[in-house]
Amino acid sequence: MLDPACLFGGRGIVNESRRWMHHLGRPLLVPLLSVFTALVAGAGVIAIAGGDPVAAYAGLAEGAFGSTRALSETAVWTTPYLLAGLGIAFAFQGGLFNIGAEGQLALGAVAAAWAGYGLPLLLGAALPAVVHVPLTLVAGASAGALWAAIPGWLKARTGGHEVINTIMLNYIALNAVSYLLNGPLKDPAPGNVIARTPMIAEGARMGVLLEGFRVHWGFPLALALSVLLVWVLRSTTLGFTIRTAGASPDAARCAGMNVPRAVVLSMAISGGLVGLGGAIEVSALNHRHELGFSQGYGFDAIAVALLGRAHPMGVALSALLFGAMRNGATRMQYLTQIPADVISVIQALILLFVAAEVLIRRLYRLRDTTAPVALSQGWGS
Amino acid sequence: METRRHAFVALIVAVLIGAAVLAGVPRVSAASIVASMIATTIAVATPLILGALSGVLCERAGVVNLGIEGMMLTAAFFGWASASYASTVWGLPPSISLLLGVAGAIISGGLLGLVHAALSVTFRVDQIIGGTVINLLAVGLTGFLNRQLFFGSGSSSGVSYASPGVLPRVHLPGLADLPVVGRVFEQQPITLAAIALVVVTHIALFRTRWGLRVRAVGEHPQAAATVGIDVRRMRYQSVILGGCVAGLGGAYFTLESVPSFEPLMTNGRGFIALAAMIFGNWTPTGALAAALLFGSAQALQINLQMFREQLSGAWSFLQHSSIVGLLPYLLTLLILTGVIGRTTPPAADGKPYDG
Repeated sequence: MLDPACLFGGRGIVNESRRWMHHLGRPLLVPLLSVFTALVAGAGVIAIAGGDPVAAYAGLAEGAFGSTRALSETAVWTTPYLLAGLGIAFAFQGGLFNIGAEGQLALGAVAAAWAGYGLPLLLGAALPAVVHVPLTLVAGASAGALWAAIPGWLKARTGGHEVINTIMLNYIALNAVSYLLNGPLKDPAPGNVIARTPMIAEGARMGVLLEGFRVHWGFPLALALSVLLVWVLRSTTLGFTIRTAGASPDAARCAGMNVPRAVVLSMAISGGLVGLGGAIEVSALNHRHELGFSQGYGFDAIAVALLGRAHPMGVALSALLFGAMRNGATRMQYLTQIPADVISVIQALILLFVAAEVLIRRLYRLRDTTAPVALSQGWGS
Repeated sequence: METRRHAFVALIVAVLIGAAVLAGVPRVSAASIVASMIATTIAVATPLILGALSGVLCERAGVVNLGIEGMMLTAAFFGWASASYASTVWGLPPSISLLLGVAGAIISGGLLGLVHAALSVTFRVDQIIGGTVINLLAVGLTGFLNRQLFFGSGSSSGVSYASPGVLPRVHLPGLADLPVVGRVFEQQPITLAAIALVVVTHIALFRTRWGLRVRAVGEHPQAAATVGIDVRRMRYQSVILGGCVAGLGGAYFTLESVPSFEPLMTNGRGFIALAAMIFGNWTPTGALAAALLFGSAQALQINLQMFREQLSGAWSFLQHSSIVGLLPYLLTLLILTGVIGRTTPPAADGKPYDG
């Protein structure tokens, strides 16, 4: 049998995953303790609110993993978290903080919806699914990539900080999408008062994995992309350039790398992944774009990326955790009357403890083996 | 550089007011539109002024505060919750309830300031991530508590709290009696406090020993430490104080603007405040000018809403509130990327202190 390593020039996925397995214990320890601590603190919140934490967590687990349907729904919830989280993590690898995922998601979804219903109208003929589905996804990914490239270009060109610019672009995108959905792209069906696009064509719809369940091909696609990203980051010139430019722009410049190009590219790839997440939601799930579909995925995905330590495999694990929590929350609320909102408190606590790694290390008396990860250095960088 | 910046602010404000006049003039007199635009600008700039002042206080001490939005949102909730609680459960008169509400807002802002200080000073967390944590925590916490306390949760039905209303307008004798422009001076207490705080913060930072120490800690903490300044203590002080100021800014939303709380109601004003702070070059007066600039963009949006059916032809797309709604953000983006040239943050801004 062909060794997959040969396909990827020796230093590929196999070696990477071996290295990952070897160090599995250490990099996972602090995030696991952070999640554990957040769950304990969350139990406190539930108890103060008058609920039974044990029943709540049992309900949460049952809702997330208790049946085939639960598993299918968890995969459905995980997909956008995973893609948006991968996008933000990719920017982190390039030393950039992309807070603009919410806007990139919305624009990706709108572009995909337009490609889904508008292209056949424009061409005057239905497209075969084998062409139309990829086109829809590419439209969404391109919209996200272009939108994220703006702050990348501004950073490279004028030094404008990407944090403040991506935040501004979020609000611009959300307002622009609201305009589009209330105006030019609004579903013209008689009696429609909701700000949403028409349904996309049959040919633009991504199929389900399992008949009778909602889990769709976007889930394995997202998982495959996270494996691909490990390879891109570790074993390609592009990945090496982006990581070097992120770790030390000066060193990268001295080595003759095109740092501005790396900055624009890492933002574009980051936004492309996030936009793809929005496109998959449209193509596989909602079959149209409606205002307010995102429910804050773009912001939660920051927590997903940080919890996963910006490593694609870590992001996959933390996206699964977040997807499971979101999915299980409804069942928890149904069984115990504890509001599902408590999950967002727990998610914020997870992020708090992940960020305050020093706190976790002190709490559990771990030795300080590594310096805390610094991802940004104020406005100056 | 400073002159150019102020001229730029004046120009943009004039253009925005001019646009409001153009949209409404056949129906309402130009003078009254101008007066109304200025009055609205000052009122809606209030949370931006206070948020930017919060940023100035934190960042002059070397701590980036990306959590202004979350601090304001949390304070808006706790301000409203404590005012409603005081008036409904304790039966206190509206004036005292509102004062307690303002106190609640300031305290909750200060507590988040403490969290941010602990994260960034003691636990040396990346400060931009620390601020993001505070923002996400605020969204989760206020959404959860809002539902839990006021809408009930299945078994326990929520208590219906009556809001004590909003803070009354202060009638400044003399100025407020002037014809047409009088309304510019008739503002609510937090707005007046915000303008007073600009002066107070300016004096505190640039004319007192405390301010000198704060700035020393933000510029060169090692040097400050060698002359006996307790860097951590100064940073804690400034960030908690900054949290209190942002908390007062949050009180604007529920105790001065509308007498109710909505999830996510700060809607990015904390980030615009941050941009105002950068645009104002980390000074209180610069922050005020920038806040007024962004405030006028928002005032234009409010004004155009009133005259929207008059917009026709090429301007009809402005009828959509979302198009005008993105204006302040677009303006921020354009302004911060080169129109004004480079601004210089305090040298140690965003860098954890290890000494």
